[in-house]
Amino acid sequence: MKEKAVKNWKIFKSGMRDGVPIALGYFAVSFSLGIQAKQIGVSAIAATVMSLTNLTSAGEAAALTLIAAHAPYLEMAISQLVINIRYMLMSCALSQKWDPEMPFYHRFLVAFGVTDEIFGISIGVPGKLNPLYSYGAMALAIPGWTIGTCLGVVMGNILPELIVNALSIALYGMFVAIFVPPAKEDKHVALAVVAAMIGSLACTVMPYVREMSAGSRIIVLTIVISLVAAILFPIDVPEAGKPQTVEN
Amino acid sequence: MNHNIWIYLLIMAVVTYLIRMLPLTLIRKEIKNKTIRSFLYYVPYVTLAVMTFPAIISATGNQWTGLAGFVTALVMAYKGQGLFKVSVAACVVVFLLELV
Repeated sequence: MKEKAVKNWKIFKSGMRDGVPIALGYFAVSFSLGIQAKQIGVSAIAATVMSLTNLTSAGEAAALTLIAAHAPYLEMAISQLVINIRYMLMSCALSQKWDPEMPFYHRFLVAFGVTDEIFGISIGVPGKLNPLYSYGAMALAIPGWTIGTCLGVVMGNILPELIVNALSIALYGMFVAIFVPPAKEDKHVALAVVAAMIGSLACTVMPYVREMSAGSRIIVLTIVISLVAAILFPIDVPEAGKPQTVEN
Repeated sequence: MNHNIWIYLLIMAVVTYLIRMLPLTLIRKEIKNKTIRSFLYYVPYVTLAVMTFPAIISATGNQWTGLAGFVTALVMAYKGQGLFKVSVAACVVVFLLELV
């Protein structure tokens, strides 16, 4: 029993370790979100509660715009659904990464922490995912995100711009660290990743298409490219996220 | 102003949580279908790549430092460094270039 506790603590700690860059990146991003909230007159308490209960950058940024515009409640619901629907895809993928024997209540708790970044590191874990790993990451990421928002409202522009600028690349650096290793090992993943970047660039610069919100761009490109990759290069996946028949 | 901020927040929280929670609780078995499994295998990497590029170039407010950070991260990750090191290295490179 004691051995199990030690092992669990180790898994929790590894989640916390991988959660450090997430928390740092979140802090920088949510700090600027807090500044935005202040500009439209949202109180520090409301902004903090928003970040604590939502934990999503694109969704919250869009929500602030809607709050400023006094948009109807239904529009708020629809915008959150559209912008955050990518989490549904991530949750589908994540549902395959767990031991089916895992106690069910964990799913309700881990669900709360399904963000781009926590999902990213969770998928990077070899083999089955232990929920304690997710809790470890959430234990740092959620305070980072929430406190960052709060301080952004309260302190505004005190943090030097140099530091905010440097921190704002932390999240992306982490993304790169997640998709490069599998792309290096599996040329089909590499192909999909390159197609994703070219598609994303094209969607940001092409006329008409660039009007699309970042949220919809992510959904459309993810579905199309992953589907094409799945049809062209199907994979024997004995366990989610762990391909077996990869030839170099 | 006839809209209550707390109702906005409640709507946001509920919608966002349901999106995350429903697939996790409804899909309890392992999916057997090969195409779906392959699709879900590619999804995370494609999503992350779409979110990273070209956004990373404009993240710092200067496309050259952004590009330098991106290249740093790519090289470090290719050499097998972990999340934290890659991420911090990108930040440090951006910070140093901004000082110049």
